[in-house]
Amino acid sequence: MGIKKLLVANRGEIAVRIIRSARELGIRCVAVHSDIDRKCRHVLAADEALEIGEAPPLKSYLDMGRLISAARASGCDAVHPGYGFLSENPKFASMVADAGLVFVGPGAETIALMGDKVASKEVMRKAGVPVVPFLSGTGEVCLKKAEKLGYPLIIKAAAGGGGKGMRMVSGPEQMQPALEAAGREALKAFGDGRVFVEKYIVKPRHIEFQILADAHGGIVHLFERECSIQRRHQKVVEETPSPALSEAVRAAMAKAAVKAAKAAGYVNAGTVEFIFEEPGSFYFLEMNTRLQVEHPVTEMTTGIDLVREQLRVAGGEKLGFAQAELSRRGHAIECRVYAETPENNFLPSAGKIHLYREPAGPNIRNDSGFGSADEISTYYDPLISKLVTYGATREEARLRMLSALKEYVVLGVNTNIAFLIDVIAHPEFAAGRTYTDFISRFFEDWKPKREKMEIALACAEYCRAHGSPAAAGLSAAKERGYDPWKELGPFEIGIDK
Amino acid sequence: MDKIISNVITQSPQFKENEKFNKDIVAGFKERLEAAKAGGPPASRELHLSRGKLLPRDRIKALLDRDSPFLELCTLAANGMYADEAPCAGIITGIGPIHGREVVIIANDATVKGGTYYPITVKKHLRAQEVALENNLPCLYLVDSGGAFLPMQDEVFPDKMHFGRIFYNQAVLSARGIAQISVVFGTCTAGGAYIPAMSEETVMVKNQGTIYLGGPPLVKAATGEDVTEEELGGADVHCRISGVSDHLASDEQGAIRIARNIVENLKVASKFDLGAAAPEEPAYEPREIYGIMPTSLKKSFDMREIIARVVDGSRFQEFKKNYGVTLVTGFARIMGQPVGIIANNGILFSESSLKGTHFIELCCFRRIPLIFFQNITGFIVGKKYEHGGIAKDGAKLVSAVSTANVPKFTVIIGGSYGAGNYGMCGRAFGARFLWMWPTGRISVMGGEQAANVLCTVKMNQLAKKGVSMSPGEQAEFKEPITSKYETESSPYYSTARLWDDGIIDPVDTRRVLGLAIAAALNMPIEEYKSPVYRM
Repeated sequence: MGIKKLLVANRGEIAVRIIRSARELGIRCVAVHSDIDRKCRHVLAADEALEIGEAPPLKSYLDMGRLISAARASGCDAVHPGYGFLSENPKFASMVADAGLVFVGPGAETIALMGDKVASKEVMRKAGVPVVPFLSGTGEVCLKKAEKLGYPLIIKAAAGGGGKGMRMVSGPEQMQPALEAAGREALKAFGDGRVFVEKYIVKPRHIEFQILADAHGGIVHLFERECSIQRRHQKVVEETPSPALSEAVRAAMAKAAVKAAKAAGYVNAGTVEFIFEEPGSFYFLEMNTRLQVEHPVTEMTTGIDLVREQLRVAGGEKLGFAQAELSRRGHAIECRVYAETPENNFLPSAGKIHLYREPAGPNIRNDSGFGSADEISTYYDPLISKLVTYGATREEARLRMLSALKEYVVLGVNTNIAFLIDVIAHPEFAAGRTYTDFISRFFEDWKPKREKMEIALACAEYCRAHGSPAAAGLSAAKERGYDPWKELGPFEIGIDK
Repeated sequence: MDKIISNVITQSPQFKENEKFNKDIVAGFKERLEAAKAGGPPASRELHLSRGKLLPRDRIKALLDRDSPFLELCTLAANGMYADEAPCAGIITGIGPIHGREVVIIANDATVKGGTYYPITVKKHLRAQEVALENNLPCLYLVDSGGAFLPMQDEVFPDKMHFGRIFYNQAVLSARGIAQISVVFGTCTAGGAYIPAMSEETVMVKNQGTIYLGGPPLVKAATGEDVTEEELGGADVHCRISGVSDHLASDEQGAIRIARNIVENLKVASKFDLGAAAPEEPAYEPREIYGIMPTSLKKSFDMREIIARVVDGSRFQEFKKNYGVTLVTGFARIMGQPVGIIANNGILFSESSLKGTHFIELCCFRRIPLIFFQNITGFIVGKKYEHGGIAKDGAKLVSAVSTANVPKFTVIIGGSYGAGNYGMCGRAFGARFLWMWPTGRISVMGGEQAANVLCTVKMNQLAKKGVSMSPGEQAEFKEPITSKYETESSPYYSTARLWDDGIIDPVDTRRVLGLAIAAALNMPIEEYKSPVYRM
């Protein structure tokens, strides 16, 4: 049947990204936007655009009713949810389907199943996919089982999340008090005192596998990505291949990932996430039923356009290639460039981008949703772009990333570019010793090294792009006449400014 | 325009010495400024505040647009006079913007002798009204005054330029279309009552402002009637019963808001277009002026070095550079506005006078404001020069300065002596604004010269009687003269008496001039009519 017209139910870089691939397939694209996003890049990139509400996401990008109406009103036959927002909302997926539209992603049941942390693990365990060994029970029973599992262990709240009710247990003598404390805390936080005990992974890495599946039983994986560099449980640097995997372990994990996708009855692009512990243990963590933020590193090394495949598969086509036809070449690294202040607990930094200049060159890709004069709003995720570099080796890609980051100019808002430079340049990162505690361990008290020269260069760059303040004043003076009474600011004779 | 190439070596011992000397002078100036701005004695300020009233500087701050400039006039008026009991002469005047429109503010300081008018207070008030007249700026009177300072009534009340002139000016300004607005924060007694009464619109603060010709004690004495201030002339009375006032404000902030609203609705005059360019900071650091000004006015310095630290981009198009070299003339821009600059690089000769006259005529025909940088000992004297007609050439310069139709701004940065003061647009020659640097000196001649002249006269008189003066006697004779001249030529002596519009820190010169030019453009520049020049 094939998709003819697509509603892109997202904003920013991912909406632009989706529109690009759709256009190549001859699909017309409809962008949606909130009132403050009227002039955003994704709106300009689309063939048509519809305003769907006010700035708060609940009144626009998360308003399912309005999105469906917009899709209908504009004559779309499919909806791509991107990532975030409604991408993993089973209700939205079924509403789209009920409206007679194609949802670019798996079915609502799959999304619902994979969204349930406990149920999804149960499915995987039954399918023979390794999950983190866990036990449940109380007191004596728990202690006995724990001996078998081996310390250290971690206690988690059954209803939990966000670290509440979590307790690390390094020996049997701590078990009983920890269970009680965790139970109390869980009860207080979630109104549910049930806890379970899991094996504690001491030096975990986050490794995930990209899956593509069609509706005709075709399923392949597109190798792994390692995303261990995280801050506040959010990935900032991702790469492929993982420096930690041997070919044998990689093959075992790939096999498990495909098995997991099959167990979930998966169709379209998805990602199976594992916790990995050296030398070769891996455990199913969850399955993301959407396009991942970090998908470009896979595209760079496999040559497959994942959005194109998503759209084709959603349109009912077969994958058209088998696992054996897929190969990977070289190494790719992605950095997420955020408008934020890393030294201040990664606080988002909203405002106008006065000057934006992105790096370019061979094997550099920058998926961006912003440019000069655009606004970063406090209402949305402050991701400016995803900078990806490719190299024949990891070191080549890493050095390329370092120089690309240094070439990246964003003036007007704070960014994490200086932070990323220090991460990529860090000897532990260079050595591939990337564990999930990397940032909290090495970058706890990170401060930007603001060099006078850099500030001077930034000023010079701004002036080059916009003309010197004097030149800016010239046009202003020509327009309305410079008047020191209005421009000079507070001044009194004899008072130093 | 080409940039002035500076020859100043900021690392030289001379520069360092000058810098230290001048920084000390400026520090002394700022100390005096700060002390004067504090207002009346602490006890009277506390009393004022305890009544819930704002200090006059806070009223002005609230009245003007937020974070905007305030170009104060004559801050050090009455400095060293009246036993120093009248800081700022008890009145604050200046220019600032309200809703983007420049206005003249005249604010009594009730913490200084109840805001009463000393002779210099009157002079300062009249000067502010003159600024309003010449530059077409609305007047806001923030009234809080007990009227004339009675002990000095003979110097305050009757003469042409005394208290009555304030009201005369209000009527004349109003007739010229220059809005007169009063905000009554306190008492307006007797003569003071006419300030709000003569205004076009008046705001009164409830339970605080009063207006009456005679206060309760006078009423009691005259008629036996017992009456409170509020009953006699409070805000309610004048806004509801008498109609002397137009707007009733519940408190000071409310009154200020009403005053701002009144100004907001005034017709905004479009400024005279000089053909402004983009403003540009000077290429040389203005602070270097401290190292350029010498430690003694007897030492010479190149005025171009000062110009380079005032004008846009330090660019200066010099006129007649090689002729009459003791006068520097040329075109520049200050904060984008074109200006013609006339500055002294030595004594005035016939050639320099003719050059100055030529240049002033150029500026007048081209309608370019004139800036005078004074450092002048006077015109050349001697037989050769008198024969050469220095008097008529000097007169040409004075004539041109007098009749120049363009706004003139004078900055006395060094000496301002004798007819040099006149030829370089001294106070009598209608400069829109005239400022002094703390390094400036004004007198009819230098103290030493004056002492020598007087001593020579004395010796001639004595010689006729056959008496001669010993060198010791001569020195004794001269000492009080030089000392008197020293005192009276001080910039503080000048500014206390309003021979100028205030002393400024040299580094502020550019900003002060920029603001003044912008304010002056509220008045259109008339066509130039030249006088008869003695040829």
